[in-house]
Amino acid sequence: MSAVFDDKIQTTLADGKLQLAIYTATGRLIEKRRKAIMPEGCPDYQELRTHANAVKRHTIDHLDYYLEEFARNVEAHGGKVVFCKDGQDVADFVLRLAKERGATLIVKSKSMTTEEVDLNERLEHHHLESVETDLGEYIIQLAHERPYHIVAPALHKTREQVADLLTDKLGVARETVIEKQTMIARAVLREKFLSADIGVSGANFLVADSGAVVLVENEGNARLTTSAPKIHIAVAGIEKMIPRAQDLGVFLKLLGRSATGQPLTVYTSFLSGPRRGDEIDGPDEFYVVLLDNGRTKVLADREKRESLYCIRCGACLNHCPVYRKIGGHSFPWIYSGPIGAILTPQFLGVNHEPALPFASSLCGACAEVCPVKIDIPKILLELRSEVKEAEQRQGANRLERIAFRIWAWVMRHPRVYELAGMAAASLAPATDGGAWVRSLRTAIQPTPLRAWLSQRDLPPSPPKSFRQMWRER
Amino acid sequence: MAARVSLFVTCIVDQLFPKAGMAVVEVLERLGFPVDFPEQQTCCGQPAFNSGYREEARQVARHFLDVFRGAEYIVVPSGSCTSMIAHHFADIFQAEPQYLEQARQLAPKVFEFSQFLLEVAGVEDVGARLDEVVTYHDSCHALRELKVKDGPRRLLSHVRGLELREMDAAEECCGFGGTFSVKFAEVSGGMARNKIDSIVRTGASAVVSVDSSCLMQLQGALSRAGLPIRTLHLAEVLASR
Repeated sequence: MSAVFDDKIQTTLADGKLQLAIYTATGRLIEKRRKAIMPEGCPDYQELRTHANAVKRHTIDHLDYYLEEFARNVEAHGGKVVFCKDGQDVADFVLRLAKERGATLIVKSKSMTTEEVDLNERLEHHHLESVETDLGEYIIQLAHERPYHIVAPALHKTREQVADLLTDKLGVARETVIEKQTMIARAVLREKFLSADIGVSGANFLVADSGAVVLVENEGNARLTTSAPKIHIAVAGIEKMIPRAQDLGVFLKLLGRSATGQPLTVYTSFLSGPRRGDEIDGPDEFYVVLLDNGRTKVLADREKRESLYCIRCGACLNHCPVYRKIGGHSFPWIYSGPIGAILTPQFLGVNHEPALPFASSLCGACAEVCPVKIDIPKILLELRSEVKEAEQRQGANRLERIAFRIWAWVMRHPRVYELAGMAAASLAPATDGGAWVRSLRTAIQPTPLRAWLSQRDLPPSPPKSFRQMWRER
Repeated sequence: MAARVSLFVTCIVDQLFPKAGMAVVEVLERLGFPVDFPEQQTCCGQPAFNSGYREEARQVARHFLDVFRGAEYIVVPSGSCTSMIAHHFADIFQAEPQYLEQARQLAPKVFEFSQFLLEVAGVEDVGARLDEVVTYHDSCHALRELKVKDGPRRLLSHVRGLELREMDAAEECCGFGGTFSVKFAEVSGGMARNKIDSIVRTGASAVVSVDSSCLMQLQGALSRAGLPIRTLHLAEVLASR
């Protein structure tokens, strides 16, 4: 494990306030989802998941076809499609367009894809102001942090912390009532909406047969972002595709319920092209940036391709007991939780943080709640195997490899296995009447045992193994 | 005559919790099943598989398949090991047709202990008695990979004198996760403590599960916290009278 990863985990675990904030916030989201998928309100929840999985599998398996269809339909509506290889490509495109149009201010609605390519930082580097307009994202931007959670970026911030932040950054009087904090942000952001030259959004779905970008949100800021400025740029990963507008119903039902426990989000925008001649609102120019940034590499891997089915609902984060302990910022990339643990090694390589796929008890809660049925534990296991293959090539972690080789040999030799068990038992400290062991007083203290004992007591060694008891009965 | 049952006791029960293994034997024999314990058995290979050492896992899994070749039924006092054999053997032998075929033939014969009682023996009341308030911990692999949820509860409901009190976090992971428990010890310990809070709230004096590894994690944390709550394998509950 890298020192950075370990350090972030320890810091989060040691922060009692933060622990409570994470546990409470995710607990609330778990409860909301649980209610939203109950048979009374959503009788066909499991069928929806099965259907969504089938649609995603089909789309991802035929992504080339749907990308072409989507691009054709966007252009037919007067929009433009821009294919980008990576973050640099995206930034270059936005900067060039801004320069050509004399734009100086960008408003942004929430988008993990733009976070993925550090778009704000890249634009600011060229003195182009880019303001986040989703409340959570705005808070995070003011704090110069990264989103803590795919859906709830400021999940870790208490209202007191937000009050301090607003006072510090905006010079307003300290305000701890959330509604009033919202009004402060709203006043600032309204001005930005009215003077922005370009609106940048993400995309929850790309609809191939309609050439449309679909956005879901609760604050109305995405609708303003995409209609107030003269130019709208939607930045989307190529995997956001679904074939037909009629497939949308299934995904909208699942996304709102899985993410926030809502049958449907407050706003659902279906954006297909710039403002037509007789329409009263909408942008003059409409661009869809389709981003690869490693997705085609994942697409090429049949075993793990299903990672691209993800619709970014965040349910796996909320239900992950590890995420609920270590929080979002411990994860090495912008995507956290179980989905982050499978996306990061695939996008950035297994060496980026080799310990990441191992930071899971493989409990499977993520797969159980995934609305598109991504088998996250299976992919974690694949990635673990890839990490070990990489270590073997690099000659790393030799001791562990040798230990497992010896272990496997012992397990194929029952007599040796039994003797090894007896030897270990004879070394174990004697306890009174089978009491559990609190500490080792032996000269040799193997690391795994020390780690175990740092948290829990050890079982006492029984006088006889099962096989001995079996023989003697 | 009842079918012969081959017991795969698992390495953890063999080495650390033999009483749970003996309880399985007692219950099965009480129900009239002759029990056989193939002495060449060791482990299913899961520790290596979960740690990313596929080749080492395969070596141990091949040994398992050879030892249990020809078994009529295999009963396992662990949801996790059952799932390894019934589901994951097929994953690791993709490139070895001979062992893949053996694994496929064996899979439908492998039963987690409570599954065997309900699905094969067709028994819910094994004639047990235990005067105790208990709570049940759903071990993750039994619950999510084998869909074992109501079975153990049905079996417990017939135990005379026993009261089952559900905890709010019954389906939450105990934090064990094999090598995860020592690689990410603090996270694992934190998960165990969350689980324990939920156990304590029920007022039960014992936690029951079908996996000894979860119980080792929970008992270790209960003992460290100085809480007078014991852990029992389902078989130990069903064997008491």
